[in-house]
Amino acid sequence: MIGTMDQVFVLLQHWLTDFLPAAWQGAARVVLSVVVIVCLFPALFALTTVFERKGLGRIQNRIGPNRTGWLGILQPVADGIKSLTKEDIVPLSADAAVHFLAPLVLVVAVFMGFAVLPMGRKMVLVEMDAGLLFFFAMGASTELSVFMAGWSSRNKYSLLGAMRAVAQMISYEVPLLMSSVAVVMITGSLSLTRIVEAQDHYTWGFPHWYIFTPWGFAGFVMYAIAATAETNRSPFDLPEGESELVAGYHTEYSGFKFALFFLGEYLAMFSISGLGTTLFLGGWSAPFSWLGWIPSWIWFFSKLMLSIFVFIWLRGTLPRLRQDQLMNFAWKFVLPMTLLNLMVAALWRFLGEGWERWVICSAILVLAYLVMGWSGMRGGHFGPRRYRYAE
Amino acid sequence: MLGEGILKGLAETAKNFAGSFVSAERLTTVEYPEERIAPIEAARVFPFLVYDVENRDGGGPEWEAGMRCVACQICEKECPPKCIYIEKSRDKKLDYLGKAQYYPARFDIDISVCMSCQICVEVCPFEAIKMDTEFELATDDRFGGLLLDREQLAKPNEYYHKIHPTEAAKVDAHLAAEKAKADAKAKAAADAAAAKALAPSAGGAD
Repeated sequence: MIGTMDQVFVLLQHWLTDFLPAAWQGAARVVLSVVVIVCLFPALFALTTVFERKGLGRIQNRIGPNRTGWLGILQPVADGIKSLTKEDIVPLSADAAVHFLAPLVLVVAVFMGFAVLPMGRKMVLVEMDAGLLFFFAMGASTELSVFMAGWSSRNKYSLLGAMRAVAQMISYEVPLLMSSVAVVMITGSLSLTRIVEAQDHYTWGFPHWYIFTPWGFAGFVMYAIAATAETNRSPFDLPEGESELVAGYHTEYSGFKFALFFLGEYLAMFSISGLGTTLFLGGWSAPFSWLGWIPSWIWFFSKLMLSIFVFIWLRGTLPRLRQDQLMNFAWKFVLPMTLLNLMVAALWRFLGEGWERWVICSAILVLAYLVMGWSGMRGGHFGPRRYRYAE
Repeated sequence: MLGEGILKGLAETAKNFAGSFVSAERLTTVEYPEERIAPIEAARVFPFLVYDVENRDGGGPEWEAGMRCVACQICEKECPPKCIYIEKSRDKKLDYLGKAQYYPARFDIDISVCMSCQICVEVCPFEAIKMDTEFELATDDRFGGLLLDREQLAKPNEYYHKIHPTEAAKVDAHLAAEKAKADAKAKAAADAAAAKALAPSAGGAD
């Protein structure tokens, strides 16, 4: 029974496709999974928008939307109808073809990332050996769509927003990759299923998730920072900073195209949270061995929603960074830390099973954090900007 | 230490997040159409015209008969955005002092122009125009619906007492004092007239 609940979607998929001729079954199963992913994550996006607005409201001691439907749960439906019925404006001087393509490219590229995410035991669309590589390749192509949008709009705000977005996303792509490389080094595989399986065993009831190791914790923090920047979420929301750039690269988008950008942004957040869950939080494995009877997909999606909550919490807390702070932080703090973390992961691998590796690895990371934090703050890299004027 | 401020900030927002569910003091939102806060005495929105039920003179409905306004047009002249339009009547009616006065045959305020400055209230020597607290004035007719005529503007003194009790009590006391003064004066004049009327007869008796 427990096994059935765990595999309920896989069994359902098989039950639905079993009547087809054997040659068609494989393709039919893939199509079915794709349809489910394409429906499920936008639905999750709709829920997240209303929860985000309510959560931010609570953080600011407000109530948040509660008028549409029961406790405002139908708010995304109203928003959807609104964006569908709005006029689709294309600027006269815009490059119409690219302007049209940009949101589509974004959504398609983001959806591709979900293909390799294991969302439960045996619940992965494409069992790819180089899953992590594929994920990052797809994630990197969202930059293209952002720049397409900014460039084709022929608007100074759009272009500035796109420039910022590209600079930021490329800068943070490096630490994002570097922090995941540590996981690959320890697991010895780029396959996301293998990475989850490597974390899915327990000592005294506690899991062997990578976040519970010194290098894993440091890697997770760096990954979370880079992921926040990569998805253009606050406090790294410079590309769409309302107070400076109207709406950044999607200034000239309205109606459903804007909704697609919005969707793409949230889907990117889901996929990058899903990857973070897979790499550091044990993917679909239960947090305690005695909770193993709860289906694996429930664990995956709970962890996903928990990371989304952290994203919202950060958005409700932190003010937006300045461009120079953003770049300094990426290249002078996060990147060196991830590089050091690679060394520490290697050390962890070769120090054997004893307690020494815990002490040594933690000490190196904590010391590096303190020293870099202290020197960074003292050097004024993160402080107020010093203006230099021409004589 | 690096990151200390972020943790402090996260703790603060978490406190807000959790606190807003349990503490009514934090969640100050009043969900307006269903809930309302108690009316505030010092609030002011647009002017209205006060009428007295007991001081009526002439025919017509109560609001027209008891209106304090004497169509002196001071407010019309003083109004900075010129949103008041008054037409003076041809005949006269007795006011609360028993004096014959004109009355407004037409008194319009365009509340789409009015800026709620209260200057009309301050210049009115007859305590006839006061500020209202009614704010639910939305209409689908932006010209006619926002041009209030004297019937829509007229409200009884009791209503004035309800929305601005302190101010209305002061105004009533002032009006009563004026009336007492006028009565005393009238009485003195009547006495004098009576004495004068008596004097010739006394002289005639002689």
